[in-house]
Amino acid sequence: MKLTDEQVRYVAGLANLTLTDDEVHRYAHDLSDILSHMDKLNELDTTGVEPMTQVLYDAEETATLRADEVVPSLSNADALANAPISGGGYFKVPKVIER
Amino acid sequence: MNIAALTIQQIREGLAQKRFSAVELTQEALAFAKAENAKTNAYLTFSDDRALASAAIVDAKLAAGEDPGALAGVPVGVKDVIVTKGVRTTCGSKILETYVPPYNATAVERLETAGGVIIGKTNCDEFAMGSSNENSAFGPVRNPVALDRVPGGSSGGSAAVVAQGTAVVSLGSDTGGSIRQPASFCGCVGVTPTYGRVSRYGLVAFASSLDHIGPFARNVSDAATLLRAIAGRDTRDATSAAHPVQDYAASMQQPLKGLKVGIPKEYFNGLASDTGDNIHNGIETLRKQGVEVIDISMPHTDYAIEAYYIICTAEVSANLSRFDGVRYTRRSERSDSLINMYRQSRGEGFGAEAKRRIMLGAYVLSHGYYDAYYLKAQRVRSLITRDFAQAFEKVDAIIAPVSPFPAFKLGEKVDDPLQMYLSDIYTITGSLSGVPCMSVPCGATKDGLPVGMQILTKHFAEDTMFRIAHQYELNRI
Repeated sequence: MKLTDEQVRYVAGLANLTLTDDEVHRYAHDLSDILSHMDKLNELDTTGVEPMTQVLYDAEETATLRADEVVPSLSNADALANAPISGGGYFKVPKVIER
Repeated sequence: MNIAALTIQQIREGLAQKRFSAVELTQEALAFAKAENAKTNAYLTFSDDRALASAAIVDAKLAAGEDPGALAGVPVGVKDVIVTKGVRTTCGSKILETYVPPYNATAVERLETAGGVIIGKTNCDEFAMGSSNENSAFGPVRNPVALDRVPGGSSGGSAAVVAQGTAVVSLGSDTGGSIRQPASFCGCVGVTPTYGRVSRYGLVAFASSLDHIGPFARNVSDAATLLRAIAGRDTRDATSAAHPVQDYAASMQQPLKGLKVGIPKEYFNGLASDTGDNIHNGIETLRKQGVEVIDISMPHTDYAIEAYYIICTAEVSANLSRFDGVRYTRRSERSDSLINMYRQSRGEGFGAEAKRRIMLGAYVLSHGYYDAYYLKAQRVRSLITRDFAQAFEKVDAIIAPVSPFPAFKLGEKVDDPLQMYLSDIYTITGSLSGVPCMSVPCGATKDGLPVGMQILTKHFAEDTMFRIAHQYELNRI
């Protein structure tokens, strides 16, 4: 597996990351290296093996359900306290819709 | 009082006999930790006000004749990926440099309810991604045993504060070995409980199907006491388990005679000879206690690293998408449009390893590669978990090394991410299958570097794991 700079830029776009040209070259090299190693998994025949998405152990069927009760949650002020820019009780972001 | 070697038992006795108050102990612990921190950079933030308030509650309960809790007055360090209300939580990242959480993690809430005193937040690899603590945006941690070496990672700070004596116990998090490996490098006890044993509520998510919170301590009993205080069902984490929490202190007293442990041959290839010798001595000590030692095979071990780094990076790319420059992270000055705000804030805020894993995860999940990488890795995860299930039909526990080598020098592996990933080989299998596992100190190399022995048991058999660890600790040479 050999990744081109162009592929790296495409994936960076998917991940919403701005990368410098140096970073693009470095990650093209690193990811190619790591992905080649990962091809080793193809040595294993996994036909008929279920994918494991979560750790499972014996539990009651309703183990993940709880009573539907209203409990206090974060206040508006607390929720906004770490925002870089807020106002009027909202998070502020650059203009999305042009008039 | 030797503050650097205190145990929970000594603190309990000291408080009961009024040799010191919890407030006095906290003041002394804070002063000592601050004075020592320049050597290791293990703490990122000290929480004096919170610590003294917790200690005052313990003293008030003692004065009123009430039970002050199992962790009364115990100075605790908490890894900086676990949120603490009103105390800065950075995740070792520039992107969260000024983040002050508005809530507490469940583990934090429980340890404070039990009388624990949080004296500070400990350094770690950025978002817990790393094996050396060199990926912290706030500088590496130095290993207190050998200051030119890494403490391991990602919970390097939590291991270092316990080894250095600047906390009695600490909380870390483990996704692929991030508690056990630094515990082995720093010569302390580190426990990764069963997946779901401790609520992940308030643990900043890295790889949700693999993340665990667990304790560090200087002895097995203290680690068990801390785990017991924080374990158990929490409705705020749907993956937390309803299984009753065992009385570890009682099970630890039982002798080992009649237990069977398995030695998987795949874990002894490519081991540094010094490390291997120590583990073999450890196994001999267990044999002398009447443990039956059985050779076993875990045939899919060799594929664990590849499966792990696909699954964990896929989950990273999803989990870290919440850091977007809007709600709780720095926003780039160059945010002239919404999309540039996201991209610039993330590009400037994340460090090299976080970006590398986000990219890898986005790639393995991207169109055309999902089946080849992500689904394939999840199938291999099933096979690795099956290896454990089959082994535990024959044995009560598995004994293995924690790391192929002891603590390495700062800078030694930092430029080769693949080599760094490969060093996680012996800890990743336990993480993938969700079984409880721990590192217990097991001698040292000729250079005096600590070696850790790993004990793994089946899901929710922490009682057996602690029993073996404690009896080993009592009887090791």
